[in-house]
Amino acid sequence: MEKRKKRSKNSSSLMYIKKNWQLYVVFMMPAFLLTLVFKYLPIGGILMAFKAYNPRLGIWGSNWVGVKNFSRFISSPDFAGYLLNTLKLSIYGLLWGFPVPVILALLLNRINSKKVKKNIQLVLYAPNFISVIVLCGMVFIFLSPIGPVNKILGTSINFMTMPEAFRSIYIASGIWQGAGWASIMYTAALSNASQELTEAAIIDGADVLRQIRHVDIPAIKSIIVIQFILQAGNIMSLGFEKAYALQTSMNIPASEIIPTYVYKLGLQLGDYSFSTAVGLFNSVINVILLLMVNGIVKQFNEGEGL
Amino acid sequence: MNKKFSKLSKKDQIILGLGYLLMGLFALAIIVPLIFVIIASFMDPNVLNSKGISFNVAHWSLDGYHRVLENKMIGKGFLNSILYSVSFSMLSVGVTLFAAYPLSKLDLAGRRFFNTFFVITMFFGGGLMPTYLLINKLHMVNTIWAIIVPNAVNVWNIILARTYFQSVPGELREASSVDGASDVLHFYRILMPVCKPIIAVLILWQFVGMWNSYFDAMIYLEDSWLQPLQLVLRSILIQNTPDPGMVADIQSAAEMSKLAELLKYSTIVVSSLPLLIMYPFFQKYFDSGVMVGSIKG
Repeated sequence: MEKRKKRSKNSSSLMYIKKNWQLYVVFMMPAFLLTLVFKYLPIGGILMAFKAYNPRLGIWGSNWVGVKNFSRFISSPDFAGYLLNTLKLSIYGLLWGFPVPVILALLLNRINSKKVKKNIQLVLYAPNFISVIVLCGMVFIFLSPIGPVNKILGTSINFMTMPEAFRSIYIASGIWQGAGWASIMYTAALSNASQELTEAAIIDGADVLRQIRHVDIPAIKSIIVIQFILQAGNIMSLGFEKAYALQTSMNIPASEIIPTYVYKLGLQLGDYSFSTAVGLFNSVINVILLLMVNGIVKQFNEGEGL
Repeated sequence: MNKKFSKLSKKDQIILGLGYLLMGLFALAIIVPLIFVIIASFMDPNVLNSKGISFNVAHWSLDGYHRVLENKMIGKGFLNSILYSVSFSMLSVGVTLFAAYPLSKLDLAGRRFFNTFFVITMFFGGGLMPTYLLINKLHMVNTIWAIIVPNAVNVWNIILARTYFQSVPGELREASSVDGASDVLHFYRILMPVCKPIIAVLILWQFVGMWNSYFDAMIYLEDSWLQPLQLVLRSILIQNTPDPGMVADIQSAAEMSKLAELLKYSTIVVSSLPLLIMYPFFQKYFDSGVMVGSIKG
């Protein structure tokens, strides 16, 4: 019985594919092949992390070394520092940066004039269209010893060489560039939220804070949760591009994060296997964090996670 | 939806007033640096260095722009960036929409498999070195292909497009299949025109993303003639090495460093203006496209 069911399901699938072959051959094929080659093939290359990669022998031909590359990283004196830099930069970034777009959206939602709202959004979104390089270039200009910030303060501090300033610079510039754009989703969800609920709340005499707490926030709660999980799951895959661009030889003690370290090891020093091992270590921590956050959120959110 | 501000209670007025004030300050914090850069880019380099920016038109000059526009690397970088961004957004959005179409059909055989197949790559990948070695092995290093092909499939965009397609009434498909239209015909003639807003948004997305990125170009394009604008900017703005051609005719080192500072401002303006000018025209699509996509995705 079971078997027959299975077989009939299989044959109906085959019929479906035969009838709708265009869906597979024309539509799905390009994306499927590109993903297979450029995303799945490199996953096989992770083997390199367990070998002493030798370009002449290739990935398959190189000798196995077990977990030597990993133990070399974990026992190296730099390990704790780089790991902490990565974790601190992204956790602080998340804690400071995550609430800003939510607050912006809640406020935007309270603006009555459509025109005013549009214009403010136009300003808030603009930095999103500026490139990382230009953003970092501006940071360097403004914070240079002869730059405007020092002119206003009447000092000549070179902020970009101070390890203790790096995190604040990185996080603040990130909020400057991304918070407005990140609010777009919440704004959209809020404009769809039930107007009757708000009106009812007003008739019941709820003040603005109560309306926000009992009507607006519940309306965007599920998006907040998903966004939080996704961002927390990206803690270790922190933007290489910005960290690398803001790095100077002097602020390395705070700015060297695992992604920049992987890049230097692999492409500048040619230590392929070690670089791959460090990268893999990083992704494994990332997946663990993602699962942990997802689990924690589920606990607090009536079983609703990703 | 909300009551007029003047009709609100005192307490509400204070709370909202504070909120608006904060938001206003944030908006100012965005605008002021941008305006500062624009004004500084028009300054006479000597005045800029001694006094900082000035609103006196007598202190302005177009010197910075002359040098930026004469610079060959910036011009070439601009053209390269346009080439890469246009071809990348066309290829990527095309492939992405194609894949999203079958996935939007709930009765697709193997739907689950394909979904998982794509989504896994959002969370797990080979990492830098294995990918680099693959691209190298395929002889794509130092060609445009290394930039536009490997990241052409964007899973997040597939999900957005898929959800958007699902919101299109199923009757449209039924009607066209009664008329004997194949999937290809239906996709091209019916679905695409209906989904213009989301397509516009995806194209804008991928275009901006490619225009602003530098990492792939940095590792795959060694030939300086292939470099996109962002890499040229990087050497001017961050590595502090303006192209010798830009400052060669200046004699003293002090003059040279003054000019180098000015060049940064004009370079920022020249390179960012196209996107910043384009973007308000796309704003209307944000409402219809991104918002529908993001809520459901």
